[in-house]
Amino acid sequence: MNKPQPVNLQLTSMKFPATAIISILHRASGVILFFLIPFILWALAVSLKSAAGFQQLHAFLTTPVMKFILWGSLSALVYHFVAGLRHLLMDFGFAEGKQSGKVSAVITMSIAVIIIAVLGVLIW
Amino acid sequence: MVNNVTSYSGNGLRDWLLQRVSAYVLGFYLVFLLCVYFLNPSIDYALWHSLFANIWVKLFTVLALLSLLVHTWIGIWTVITDYVKVTGIRLLKEAIVMLALLTYLVWALVILWSM
Ligand code: HEM
Repeated sequence: MNKPQPVNLQLTSMKFPATAIISILHRASGVILFFLIPFILWALAVSLKSAAGFQQLHAFLTTPVMKFILWGSLSALVYHFVAGLRHLLMDFGFAEGKQSGKVSAVITMSIAVIIIAVLGVLIW
Repeated sequence: MVNNVTSYSGNGLRDWLLQRVSAYVLGFYLVFLLCVYFLNPSIDYALWHSLFANIWVKLFTVLALLSLLVHTWIGIWTVITDYVKVTGIRLLKEAIVMLALLTYLVWALVILWSM
């Protein structure tokens, strides 16, 4: 006899460990950065072309909506950077255990949140 | 076997290593830009322009751009390989990403040498 199989997973009943969250966010931020490349290059082109372009870009990026988008974009970069550093430390054998991996995930997340908050202060 | 003809170096371990090396270069480049910002918080056009006019900064930027190409290709390749199971669609997406990255590289070089 077939046992009744679970039809769908109840995602809300599952707990994601800190290590899983930090990992998927690293992936998500990497993909976001990929999609940001053309905008960064466009900004570089405009800012280097002429003093007027530099001024215009500055004015554009300091509008309320763009400030928010700028902050979000830089947050993806900061997060990817900090979580990437955790990867590089693990390459050297640090925090590879189950418990130490969890601790380093929480520390990494805290550092990222702090830097992102400081960024927000700098932008506004 | 997973089709790895499209992976950057065609070898998982080498891809892994290249992604680390490129991560270091990108990381150092970002720290460099951060230092520029902290030394000159109210940066203006003259300074910004002279920064990228410097040949060493240009070379460092080109190095970072090459790393960006390698790093992002390997990274996005990994993501696409994980989630896109239909070979034709996967190859199509990989081709689009590669084309985009190469275009960005050329575009960036044009920006740097026409400023
Ligand atoms: C700014 C442009 C960047 C883009 C577009 C980018 C993109 C990506 C992508 C898509 C991945 C794959 C994620 C995955 O497989 O889950 C990745 C992985 C990685 N990134 Fe970046 N990245 C960038 C910058 C950086 C920087 C500055 C660092 C330095 C700390 C870094 C460190 C890493 C590391 C160590 C990995 C490997 C993770 C693993 O093996 O699972 N990245 N990146």
